[in-house]
Amino acid sequence: MVEFSKITISNKLLRYAPILLLFISVLNEFDFNYLELKYFSFNFPFVLIFYWSLKKPESLGYGFIFIAGLINDVVVGFPMGISSLVYLFICGSAAYFRNITLNTSLFKDWIFFLATILVVNTMLYSILVLFFSFNLNYNDLIVNLIFTFLLYVICANLFELYEKLVFGNQNV
Amino acid sequence: MDTASRDDFVIAIRSAFLKKGNKQRFSLIFLIFLSLAFLFLGRINFEPINQVKIVIREAVYRSSFIVSVPENYLKKTYQKIQSHFVIYNDYFEIKSEIEKLNSEKTVDQFIIEENKRLKKIIDDYVAESEEVVAKIIIDKNSPFLRSLIVNKGSKNNIKLGMAVLDKNYLIGKVVEVNYLTSRVLLLSDLNSKIPVIIEPGGFQSILSGTGKNDGIIQYLKENYLIEGKNTVYTSGAGGLFKAGIPIGKIKKNQLDEPNKVNFFSDFSQLRFVKVKSFEKEESN
Repeated sequence: MVEFSKITISNKLLRYAPILLLFISVLNEFDFNYLELKYFSFNFPFVLIFYWSLKKPESLGYGFIFIAGLINDVVVGFPMGISSLVYLFICGSAAYFRNITLNTSLFKDWIFFLATILVVNTMLYSILVLFFSFNLNYNDLIVNLIFTFLLYVICANLFELYEKLVFGNQNV
Repeated sequence: MDTASRDDFVIAIRSAFLKKGNKQRFSLIFLIFLSLAFLFLGRINFEPINQVKIVIREAVYRSSFIVSVPENYLKKTYQKIQSHFVIYNDYFEIKSEIEKLNSEKTVDQFIIEENKRLKKIIDDYVAESEEVVAKIIIDKNSPFLRSLIVNKGSKNNIKLGMAVLDKNYLIGKVVEVNYLTSRVLLLSDLNSKIPVIIEPGGFQSILSGTGKNDGIIQYLKENYLIEGKNTVYTSGAGGLFKAGIPIGKIKKNQLDEPNKVNFFSDFSQLRFVKVKSFEKEESN
């Protein structure tokens, strides 16, 4: 009985790992900023949300993504609601892409991810600058966008491996 | 053909944004509108939303501190290893500098006392409030914003605009106060603007952050001769900070270069800071 409940808990943890990872990443902002590399930053939640919304949407609830966005705004110091908006647009974009494609490939996903982050970053930049009078460094935003785009391939491969190990062949 | 593809587009968009997916409690469009409502009501300072924000902030700052423990451990280890490499070289340089400083200290003490006396005469002497020592609970340097969260809030008499110091060096000011926590906007943030004076020369100017680890002197006429290694202090203009709090040194190799400022304090190494306000001393 004890053995059985242990298996169930670890099973649940593995299944909810993407959402846990999302919450940890927004609370922790792990982006290796402490390395102080001048031109290096990325947005891990973008990659995580896009991949899992595309491949296994039920593993990330929209409500949880909304809350994660609010947390991210608090941690980073952005006006509350803006990250939620951006994250939900990424979800919407992934859902749209899932609806219109029959044969998926990593390359197609990658290109669509680029288009998505271009749009959402433009939206983020415009809202912050026009409505909230934030000063943002445009170059930093571009660097962030490029590294997020490059990171997608690495993360997608890792997530795919994880998906196969944890979820097996169901819904893949 | 065109109508068909447009229909497909509309169906795909509708399905993505309006339909509740498998195991989803909310539709995307509902949550998007909720986010917009948060943004809009926050923008117009709608009071209930501000209260909700404070509650969320308190909870998030505490949880973020706990979640950050492993990463902070890694970060500190990395910095420790890095600093070990430079310690030996620094040692001899620091030793000779200490000897020099000790000799200057005696002269400085006399000048400080004299300065206090003279400022009292011209009614410009400001008294410092009791300082509050605060621990940094979150110091995530986002690529866009440079700020940190400290574990003292309105409960500890922290108020908006108070100066935040590391030793005697100014590092920023309080821009958000919650009950138990506050947010400090660092001088390196793009949105930070502080009135400063550059010595020697006494040039008044504004120090703005660059979004990196340094600052830049703005609104200064080009014909002012500022050389590398001039020191930047607060000017006291605006009455927020007292005059003469050291901030950093100008770094430039050629006269036509922009006046960048190297802060005295290393913002990535902060663990505890002092939060103070300055008020004009009542004349007897």
